[in-house]
This record gives sequence, structure tokens and C-alpha cells, in this order.
Amino acid sequence: MTTPLLSLQGLTKAYPGVVANDQVSFDIGEGEVHALLGENGAGKSTLVKMIYGLVKPDSGTMTLRGQPFAPAEPRAARADGIAMVFQHFSLFDALNVAENIALGMENPPPMGDLASRIREVSETYGLPLDPYRTVGDLSAGERQRVEIIRCLLQDPKLLIMDEPTSVLTPQEVNILFETLNKLRSEGTSILYISHKLEEIRTLCDHATILRLGKNVGECVPSQTSARDMAELMVGSTLQTPERAGREFGEVALDVSGLSVPSPSEFGTALKNVHMTVRKGEVLGIGGVAGNGQDELLGVLSGEILTTADAIKFNGQPIGKLGPTARRKLGVLTAPEERLGHAAAPDMSLTENALLTGSVRESLENNGFLKWAETKNFAEKIIKAFDVRTPGPENAARSLSGGNLQKFVIGREVMQDPDVLVVNQPTWGVDAAAAAAIRQAILDLAAKGTAVVCISQDLDELMEISDSFAALNEGRLSAPRPTSGLTVDEIGLMMGGAHGMEVAHV
Amino acid sequence: MIVLEKRPQPSKAWSYATPLVAVVATMIFGGVLFAILGKNPIEAIGTIFWEPLFGEFAFYYRPQLLVKGAPLVLIAIGLSLGFRAGIWNIGAEGQYIMGAIFGAGAGLAFYPLEAWYIFPIMVIAGAFGGWLWAMIPAFLKVRFGTNEILVSLMLVYVAEQMLASVSLGLLKNPEGFGFPGSRNLQSYDSAHNAELIAGSGMHWGVVTALIAVIFAYILLNRHMLGFHIRLTGEAPRAAKFAGVNPARLILFCLGLSGALAGLAGMFEVSGPSGVVSIDFNVGYGFTAIIVAFLGRLHPVGILLAGGLMALTYIGGEIAQSQLGLPAAAIQVFQGMLLFFLLAFDLLTNYRIRAARSEVA
Repeated sequence: MTTPLLSLQGLTKAYPGVVANDQVSFDIGEGEVHALLGENGAGKSTLVKMIYGLVKPDSGTMTLRGQPFAPAEPRAARADGIAMVFQHFSLFDALNVAENIALGMENPPPMGDLASRIREVSETYGLPLDPYRTVGDLSAGERQRVEIIRCLLQDPKLLIMDEPTSVLTPQEVNILFETLNKLRSEGTSILYISHKLEEIRTLCDHATILRLGKNVGECVPSQTSARDMAELMVGSTLQTPERAGREFGEVALDVSGLSVPSPSEFGTALKNVHMTVRKGEVLGIGGVAGNGQDELLGVLSGEILTTADAIKFNGQPIGKLGPTARRKLGVLTAPEERLGHAAAPDMSLTENALLTGSVRESLENNGFLKWAETKNFAEKIIKAFDVRTPGPENAARSLSGGNLQKFVIGREVMQDPDVLVVNQPTWGVDAAAAAAIRQAILDLAAKGTAVVCISQDLDELMEISDSFAALNEGRLSAPRPTSGLTVDEIGLMMGGAHGMEVAHV
Repeated sequence: MIVLEKRPQPSKAWSYATPLVAVVATMIFGGVLFAILGKNPIEAIGTIFWEPLFGEFAFYYRPQLLVKGAPLVLIAIGLSLGFRAGIWNIGAEGQYIMGAIFGAGAGLAFYPLEAWYIFPIMVIAGAFGGWLWAMIPAFLKVRFGTNEILVSLMLVYVAEQMLASVSLGLLKNPEGFGFPGSRNLQSYDSAHNAELIAGSGMHWGVVTALIAVIFAYILLNRHMLGFHIRLTGEAPRAAKFAGVNPARLILFCLGLSGALAGLAGMFEVSGPSGVVSIDFNVGYGFTAIIVAFLGRLHPVGILLAGGLMALTYIGGEIAQSQLGLPAAAIQVFQGMLLFFLLAFDLLTNYRIRAARSEVA
């Protein structure tokens, strides 16, 4: 048997109150695309940080081509041929591509030489990129190329990619995969972190699955079904949300000709948005992050006011009504950002239940608060949505992300809305909780609520929505029935490859 | 190495314990300071904290505690509501002055008429004066997005000029032999904010301060408006999502704190001070900021903190006259109190942990 490129032996890392990695061992072979699979909080990031020298393991060893490997800092890891593309880019918008790459280098060559090397590498690997373009003008896919080229210039033996496709359209994902395949054929190993099973099945040679910090199994993805991998990841049988066949009622929410200037310097303006949602219908809105999702939610919640007629609820113009008035009518929303937007971090769950529940649950009497009723309401949400917390008096920030998300969604669902708008309802939530949230949304729709679900998780949208539209630079595509939509069509609705040149490998 | 670790949720025990720990730490380090100055630290601390309450002349000092404490509490209650919502009124001193000018002016306009309605009119005028002065930063913030900290603070100096102007002109006592300052309201019965029980120090300002404490407690804990104030301070985006109108909240918080500061000024000028004069204001408006934070922006805490602050004022004066401590040392002592309070406050949200050094 040949020596693996990188071998991990019993890596353990504990943080106060949680063991992030517990005796993790696996090998990455030469020229292998190795998937690291696991839910949020399974310990993938910590493991990768140990390999990249950002975190020091409590115990365990690593060997690189048979030699002991214990990088004290990322610089040491890079010197040994480890490169990493982070999920969040660290690029300066105001500088051009070559300048950004030079900033990350130990001894940057003269700008002219660097630019020609960038051209050379980008052409070899089918990642066309002009070194003199300003990064601020690049799309997410192109920014990722900058990060990848930055890594490739080091001629790495192992390339670590952390959730690389979460910001890409399906077309951009295909371009990326071609590049990765080319790298593999040249003998570069890739450690590919993801929780998207279909991608891993297409791309990876081998997969290691982490659950609660432990290595719970390895498999060859192309020979394992996505369902089996998911069950290894979650550790239990997955329940697929059920949807009853149903008839749609009249139009409940009617948005027409909605244009709103960007509310902040870094926001997105909404341009001439049209959509209608019928009673009992789930409209899924996809799109890459930062294309107007937050603004659309703000406009529907009443945080951003528009002309009265741009938004109609059961025929009544509500564009000029604030959040409280809309809640009174039955239009409820759940924003993406849990801490600080949907919930106040330092306030108790009882107080957070009051935050949106005061009107519909009549938790106030001439302005005076009914704390006992509010506590009951909070307890009802906790019980119905299986929120894991000692009690409603605990602060919102003491809950894990998934539990708080269940609380935030549950708070709106329990109020029996006529229209419910949710943004990223299962973001950062474990699979079991995500399934419960999706089921709750579907149950609500079955009772006749018109639901708008904004999400970047296409699988989720395909699973729960009846019709699908995509946001692209503040414009909403015309909604289409979900059944029969192909991935290619969805990708085109999301803006295709955002004008990115296709790789020529 | 010592690291701070964020608690999953704020510690209840520490949030109550910090003020006490801060007072103890102030006593210890204040004692060291006094010892360096060559005074007996135990005697000095004892003089400041014991003498006003239980000393030989306590019968004289105890009413003074109410007289000094009431304006501090009244102003601090108003400020705390704004501070809770992240609205920083630093100009209570100016609103206090304007309340005194409006209140005294309304009273003196009736001079020498004696009638029951004069004092209530003065109360309303005082509150109106403070409200009006606070509405300037409020309006500018809502309309043009100016910084209320700067505007309210600068208006303090404008108010001081107004005070000098009316002391020398509009409100000057015509029978005052040319000296600056108004008629003494203490000798004008209908306008006099007299002690309700002679010798107790209890005047209408003290009563109003107590009512304000109860009012603020109910507002913050039992009313939607108070909930919105707290929500805005903790998570402005969540407040907007909950349907809070930020502009209305700014107008309410600044207006109310201005009105309460104005009331404090009016009660002071018609009672303990009696006269509108150039040096009428003694910094209650600024000290009240310390009181508000010392009381953890909680109404009952502010009541206690106002008492404590008044105690260090009076005790400090006694220590100055009896032990010859410099006035600056007393101010350092008061500053220490706020410093330690804010420092120990960290423990409410963080715990201290010894940590091995780690390559980060």
C-alpha cells in the first residue's frame, strides 16, 4: 500500500463544554478528492483548522508523506504545501485581483510578473480571470476564483475547500468541478468540506463522515446512496416532510411593480418585483445571497415601507403599513438573522415571544403587558417545536442556533398567520430540526396559509415549494411551478453563471 | 494567562453583587489614597460614610441627604430610560437650568400675588422648560440625524449663558441693590417649595422623585412602551422588526428626561436654593449620569445610588472641613466608584478563567 499524503491519527480537540473532535483518524491519499461530511457543529471546521495550523490539537498526531506534521501556524502549513479556500472570502473590494493576491504572499514578485503568473495559472486551470479587475466588481463565483488562484500559486499538495458551493449557482458549480477534476488529474489532493450530498457523490473519491466530533464512518460516495450518507451524518432515520395534495385558494399576497432603493450602502435595491401567492401555496424564492433577500423580507414585514398599492393582502393595500399593523391583519415574517433581528439576544424567551406575539396573542391590555399569558405563549412554542431549553426565562443567546431557529419560526407559526414569509428558515440548523421546520411550514400551507420561503438551499426549495422564483440583483424572475423544473433552468433563473466565462479545460 | 469567557447568559447574582463589590473596592482604594495623603484612612472613610448618617450632627445632615439626593434621582430616572434605549442625553444640566428659569420665571410673573395655583403653574412651566430644551437635540436627531450627545452637551453651555443673562437682566431682583440674582422664592409663599415636614428635608421634589421611581419601574416592567425602550437598546433591528417607531421613541425618551431634569431644576430653585443666580447650577445634571449607571439603569438601583452619591457628597464635605482632605481627593474618590462599578460590571456577562497559552 502506498503512503497516504496526509494521515491523521487520533486527533482530539476540546473546548470548554464541548469536545469538538474526539479521536478522529483518517487518511487522504495522493491525488484524491476526499470529502469531509457532517452537520453544522459536527467538528469539520475545527478539524480543518488543525490541519491548517490555526488550532493546535490537544492530542493526536498528523503525518505528511510519512513525516511528522505539526504546523504551529498557517504559514508553516502553507510552507508544507497545504492551502485553504475559506467559506468567507478575505478580499479587499477596493483593490484589484493581483493586488489582493500579492497581499497574501510572503515575498510578492513585481506586479507585472505576478499578473502574468496569474494569467498563466488561471488559463491552465480553466479559471479565466483578469488580474487588473477590481475585486468589488466581481461576482461571488469570480471572487472564489481569486481565492483558488491565490492557493494554486503556492503549488499546493493538498487544497482544502470549505463549503465552496454555498455561494454559487448550479452553472458555476459545474465550472468549479471541472477545475477540481483537472487538479486531481495532476496529482493534487483535495479535502472537500460540504453537507451537500449530491455534490459529494459526483465529485469525491472517498468520504469521511463526522458526527458530534467523532469519525462515524467512511464510504465511497459514488457507491453509496445520498440517503445512507445522510443517515450516517444525522445518526438516525431521516423523515422526509410529507405534503398532502392540495388545492390553492384565492390570491392572498399580491406584490406588483415593487421597486425600493437600497436601504443601506451595502444593500440591494429591489427592481420591479411582481409575485402573487395563493392561499395554501408555498412560493420558494431562490438566489445567491446578497441579491435582495433581506430587502424583500423587510418590505414584506413592514420594516421598509413602499407605496400602498405595491403590496396587497387579500386585495387590501398594505405597502404603507408598519409591522404591527401587518401582524394585526395576519401577515407574519421571520427574518434570516436570528440574533439581533428576529430575536433580542440578551432577552428571555418570554420577552422574545412578546416581540412579535403581542398583537395576535393579545398579550397586552392598553399597553400593559400580560406576563403570565406571555410566558404561557413562550412555553407553548417551546413544547410544540421541541425547543431544547431549561425554560422560557433563559436568554435567547443561550440557545443553540437550531433551537433558537425553531423558536423563532414556531413563534410565527403558532400565531396562525394568513401569510407567512420566512428567510432561510433552516440556515445552520441540524437535519432533524430542519425537517421539523419544513414540516411545520407545509402543515401551515395545508391549512390555507400563503407561504413565501426565501432560501439559498435549492434542495429545500424543491422539497417544499409549489412554485419557484429566483432573485438576481434585486429582480425577481417570473414564478414557475416547481414540478418539472430542471437544475439547469433553476440555474438560469438565478442568473446563470453571472457572466462568468466557462472553463476551457 | 487570564482570559475572559462570555457567559451563556448574564449572571443574576453578579448583576446584584457588582454595586456592592464596587463600593467595597472604592473604600479600599480610596483608603489607600487617603493614607498616601497622610490621613488616617479608616477615619476618613468613616467620616464620609458614617458621620452624615449616625454622627453627632446627623440631625442636620440627614435632611441634606434628601435635598441632595432628590434632584439626582429625578434626573437620573429620566436619563436611564433614554440610556436603556441607546439614546444619550448628556445635557441634563442644561435642561435642569432651563427648568429652573422657566419655573422661577412663571412664579415671579405673578409676584406679589398670593394664590394656590401659582406653584402648580411653576411645576408645569419647569417641566416644560426642560422638555423644550431637550426637544432641540431630539428634533435635530430625528429630522437631520445629528448626534444627540454633542447637541445636548453643547446646549448646556448655551443654557449657562441664558442663566447668566436672566440673573443679570430679566429676572434680576429690582430690590436687590444691583446685585445679580432674582428675588428669593423662599420668601414668596405661593412660590415656595417648602419642606412638607419642617426639618425633614422632605420637599415636593423628593416626593416627585419617589413617584418617578415607581412610574419608571412600572413603565419598564409592565408596559409595552418600556419593553420597546429596552428592546431598542438591546437590539435595534429587532425593535424595528417588532414595530417600534425609532423617531417616536427618541422624542419620548429625550422629552421625558428633559422634563424630569426641568422639574428637578424648578424644585431646587423654588426650595433649597431660592434664587436664580449665575452659579445656581452645581452639576447635578452631570452627576446624575453617574447615578444612573451606578444604579444599573434600574429605577430602584437609581434610588439607592442617588442616596449613596448624596452621602459621598455630604460626607466628602465633612471630611474636607474636619480632616482637611482636598476637594480633589473627594472627586477622585467619587470617580473611583464609577470606575469600579463599570469594571466589575464585566463579570455580569463574562467569567474570568485562567487559560493555558495556545497558538491561535
